[in-house]
Amino acid sequence: MPSHKIDPTKWVDQYSDYLFNYTIARVNDRDMAQDLISETFLAGLKSMKNFKGEASERTWLISILKRKIIDHYRKSNSKKGKAEVHINYKDEESEGDWLEERVADPFDKTAEDSIQNEELGEAIYRCLGKLPEKQSRIFRMKTIENIDTEVICNEFGITPSNFWVIIHRARTAMASCLQKNWF
Amino acid sequence: MKVKVACHEANHICDKNQYKEASFWEKVKLNFHLIYCRACRKYSANNNKLSKVIKSPKVQSVTTNEKNALKERLAREMSQ
Repeated sequence: MPSHKIDPTKWVDQYSDYLFNYTIARVNDRDMAQDLISETFLAGLKSMKNFKGEASERTWLISILKRKIIDHYRKSNSKKGKAEVHINYKDEESEGDWLEERVADPFDKTAEDSIQNEELGEAIYRCLGKLPEKQSRIFRMKTIENIDTEVICNEFGITPSNFWVIIHRARTAMASCLQKNWF
Repeated sequence: MKVKVACHEANHICDKNQYKEASFWEKVKLNFHLIYCRACRKYSANNNKLSKVIKSPKVQSVTTNEKNALKERLAREMSQ
């Protein structure tokens, strides 16, 4: 079994976006997600010795992050009082109607669509993580950070035609990866 | 000037067009190519879809500043 190496100096560049999207789909709060990610990295750093190299770094970090998210919800739950269920009827007339009638229509797909959308960011960054490092960095800079072609070319010391070839390969790979996992 | 272009060039124009960097004449050539080339139509469709999906507001990214802050914190922790 190939053993995976661990290198904390690259964590932020390689995984922070993926972890961030993973978290934001679950806690729905930017600042909270930031905190959880930095806690995850710190916890990872502390328990680096325990990393056996059986799973990839990303899987390992995600498993830490999952615990952190669960802890976050435990904490916020213990702060609250006991759970109460309030049912507000819209008007006098509907009082006493069957609760089942108030459940969302299962054929109404909007709820599912929005869940899928929240996981979209995760899927994109997972695919981006699979690209070779240079490709993914250039693609990210161009597509997500909207940096000019010229600036990127200068930074990497490549010609524009070289740049477009890299972009083309990255786009093809991204499209087929997302096709498998998403569309 | 010729209107017909080879597939690899059509794909290149299509890539550029995703970043709004294709000229008008290039777009004409691309669209003409797409009329008769099925493979490139497919590539174009996927490419447009990819751009659309990445632009959707659900895709969040960590800003460079936030990343630097994270890096600093990690570095400080590592040096201890």
